[in-house]
Amino acid sequence: MANINQTDRSLLEAVADLHQVPEGAYNIRKNGQGLARHSTANIDIVQKTDKPGIDIRVKPGTQHESIHIPVILTESGLSDMVYNDFYIGEGADVLIIAGCGIHNCGDQRSQHDGIHSFHLARGARIRYVEKHYGEGNGSGERILNPRTIIEMEENSVCEMETVQIRGVDSTRRETEAHLAAGARLILTERLLTEGTQTAESDVSISLDGADAVTQIVSRSIARGHSLQVFHPVVIGNAPCRAHVQCDSMIMDTASIRSIPEIRANHSDAQLIHEAAIGKINSDQIVKLMTFGMSEEEAEAVIVENFLR
Amino acid sequence: MLELKHLEFRAPSTDGNGTEIIHDLSLRLASGRFTVITGPNGGGKSTLAKLIMGIERPTAGKILFDGQDITDLPVPERAKLGIGYAFQQPPRFKGLTVRRLLSLAHGSELPEDECCTYLTRVGLCSADYLNREVDASLSGGEVKRIEIATLMARNLRLAIYDEPEAGIDLWSFAMLVKSFRAMSDRQHESTLVISHQERIMQLADDILVVADGKIREMGPREQIFPHLLSQIDTGCSLRRTVGKEEA
Repeated sequence: MANINQTDRSLLEAVADLHQVPEGAYNIRKNGQGLARHSTANIDIVQKTDKPGIDIRVKPGTQHESIHIPVILTESGLSDMVYNDFYIGEGADVLIIAGCGIHNCGDQRSQHDGIHSFHLARGARIRYVEKHYGEGNGSGERILNPRTIIEMEENSVCEMETVQIRGVDSTRRETEAHLAAGARLILTERLLTEGTQTAESDVSISLDGADAVTQIVSRSIARGHSLQVFHPVVIGNAPCRAHVQCDSMIMDTASIRSIPEIRANHSDAQLIHEAAIGKINSDQIVKLMTFGMSEEEAEAVIVENFLR
Repeated sequence: MLELKHLEFRAPSTDGNGTEIIHDLSLRLASGRFTVITGPNGGGKSTLAKLIMGIERPTAGKILFDGQDITDLPVPERAKLGIGYAFQQPPRFKGLTVRRLLSLAHGSELPEDECCTYLTRVGLCSADYLNREVDASLSGGEVKRIEIATLMARNLRLAIYDEPEAGIDLWSFAMLVKSFRAMSDRQHESTLVISHQERIMQLADDILVVADGKIREMGPREQIFPHLLSQIDTGCSLRRTVGKEEA
């Protein structure tokens, strides 16, 4: 890949596990500009003409191909806004690796706001993995505000994993999904905030068709003086099933709000919400110390596995 | 290998004087022995185990391990000397799999077949458990057996089990007794088990009776076990005996 320096490389590795040119389709965006792009016979990536961003079209029936779309920001003071639209054809099955890495050494804020919309045709299936990562020792803030809209036709399946561990000062995530009959959405969110970081997550899922199923699993750790707010809303408009599980570990002087909402507009909607906030208990630390770990090592193991 | 000298432990109390849990307790455990500590509830057995592991610190007295004074040594340092402790009420860990926990105990990644061996020894069908998380989805008995397996996954100089039988069903208990017998032969150099179970006491080389923070009796199983049975109709009678002596 041309024009890629060491900083870019480490960011790409952190957000997309990219060590070299990815196989399959890809689009790499750096500081608001396209850096590299590759379409395949089945996956077409086209730059939008009316606004920044790309359209990704996956042909019906495409099987087991992958799409990498990492975004990196290395300039301080840059504000990037991007629209990515995914059209997944009937019966296609693809893996999408997204992610945003910010390296901010300056004193001005670096911000990336992405609006991703997914259109899954009947029977389409995607696994979408998105990592957020921030680094750099400048005083400039690193801000990420992703918005995700998922439209799911009959019997489509979407597994979405989002990970944000350290480094991002402020994030506001909005996720909205509409599920037709037999569609299945699994959302997994993992988050660690520290210092004075803030993270807010609003999720709204409408189960509109019979036998639509969703499962939301959120695991988070708030350290330092950070703040987290979760507000998942699941709306059952048909005979459907939903299970929402929010589990948070709180440390130091952090603050966590978990605001569950399940709304049934149909008597055969089965909606469950579980939420818990608690600290690491001392018995867990002591147990691991009896294996020979220091208190710090024990805490790190507990945190790492909780977010695994 | 382990020597306790005039050990005393007072737990903080509201009047500021502290409640005495362990009172001037001295003992020597020889290397290579399987010792069972028994006695009434609240007699100080678990506290004694925690003092040896370093989870609690004595208010007076000394603890020597292989001649080294470990009284002020922190828990991880004692672990590195080869002391291990299986909790009476083990904590649960969200997100931590059984396999990972056993590997952490062992100190390095354990191959699947070794994990399976340890789980089988505590009566768990290994295939069902390896990738399960050690969280609230497991029953008390399951967590307890996994806790015992974490000690079996280590080659310890001194392994301390705190009431391993608690919360374990009868069928698994038979399995457990078998494992303890096998373990006493090869796994750990010395084993200390806090137990109320006759069948575990029968495995012992030595039996130590602790009541009211003191050693009531100690000696080889053949000597202690027969009259212990006649004494322990209920925990109360033993307590009464000790009480009388004090009075």
